[in-house]
Amino acid sequence: MCNQSVGLIASVIEKAGIPTVGLTLLREVTEKVRPPRTLFVPFPFGYPLGEPNQPDLQHRVIAASLKLLKTPGTLPRLEEFAVGNRK
Amino acid sequence: MARIEDLTLPHRLFMKAYRYRLVDWRPGALLSKPISESKFALITTAALHLPEQPAFDLDIGGGDCSFRELPVDVELKQLKIAHRSSDFDQTGAQEDCNLVFPRDRFRELISRGKVAALNHRHFSFMGSITEPERLISETAPAVAELLRQDQVDAVCLLPV
Repeated sequence: MCNQSVGLIASVIEKAGIPTVGLTLLREVTEKVRPPRTLFVPFPFGYPLGEPNQPDLQHRVIAASLKLLKTPGTLPRLEEFAVGNRK
Repeated sequence: MARIEDLTLPHRLFMKAYRYRLVDWRPGALLSKPISESKFALITTAALHLPEQPAFDLDIGGGDCSFRELPVDVELKQLKIAHRSSDFDQTGAQEDCNLVFPRDRFRELISRGKVAALNHRHFSFMGSITEPERLISETAPAVAELLRQDQVDAVCLLPV
C-alpha cells in the first residue's frame, strides 16, 4: 500500500502549493490514485532507486524523476523509467 | 519489476477489492524556478526512524499514519526500519539507505550544481496504510505545512 500512500501524500502537498514528484513500483495503483507527477520504476518492492550501492543507477532514476517537475503538459503525468537507462 | 501478482494471495485479493483513495490536488503547483535553484525535501514511506524516536506502530488497524522527522545530517546507518509489510524486502535498504532515502545522492546533486539545497528536515511514513483517512486529513497536511514553513520548493517521494 506504499504506492497509494506516496500518491496521497504527494497529492496533499501539491494541494498545499508545493510541486511534487513521486516514484511508483505499481503502475496500476498509481493510475487509480492519480497523483500529479509520477515516475514508474521497474524495480522490486523495497528497491525504488533500483539497487543498493549503485549511485549511478540511483542518479539516473532521480534525474528522470526531477525532469518531470519541469515537463510541460497536462497533469497528472505518469511516465516510465526507460529500461535502457538501467545499465 | 514489482507486480501485484507477486504479492501473497491475501494481499492480492485485498488489493483487487480495495477502493483506492484520491485527493483532488488540481490544478497542481508550478515549480517557478529552475531545479538548480530549488530546495528539495524527501519523503520516504520505508518507515525509517531515528533510534531515539518511537518506532511505527505495527498493530494499529488500518496502518500507522504518523510520521517522523529525519534531520538532513542524520547518520544513515543509524536509521531503523519499522515497516510491517511482508512485501517490502528490507535487505537493500539495510545495505544502502539511499535506496529508499537518497540523502547522499541529493548532496551529490548539490555539489554538482544540479540542485540548490536540501531542506534541514525530511519525513518518513510507514507506507502500509489501508485506512488513509487520518493520513489525508491530518498527518500529510501537517507535513505539507512544515514544508511550507521551511520554504521548500519541491518534494521527492519514494515508496517501497
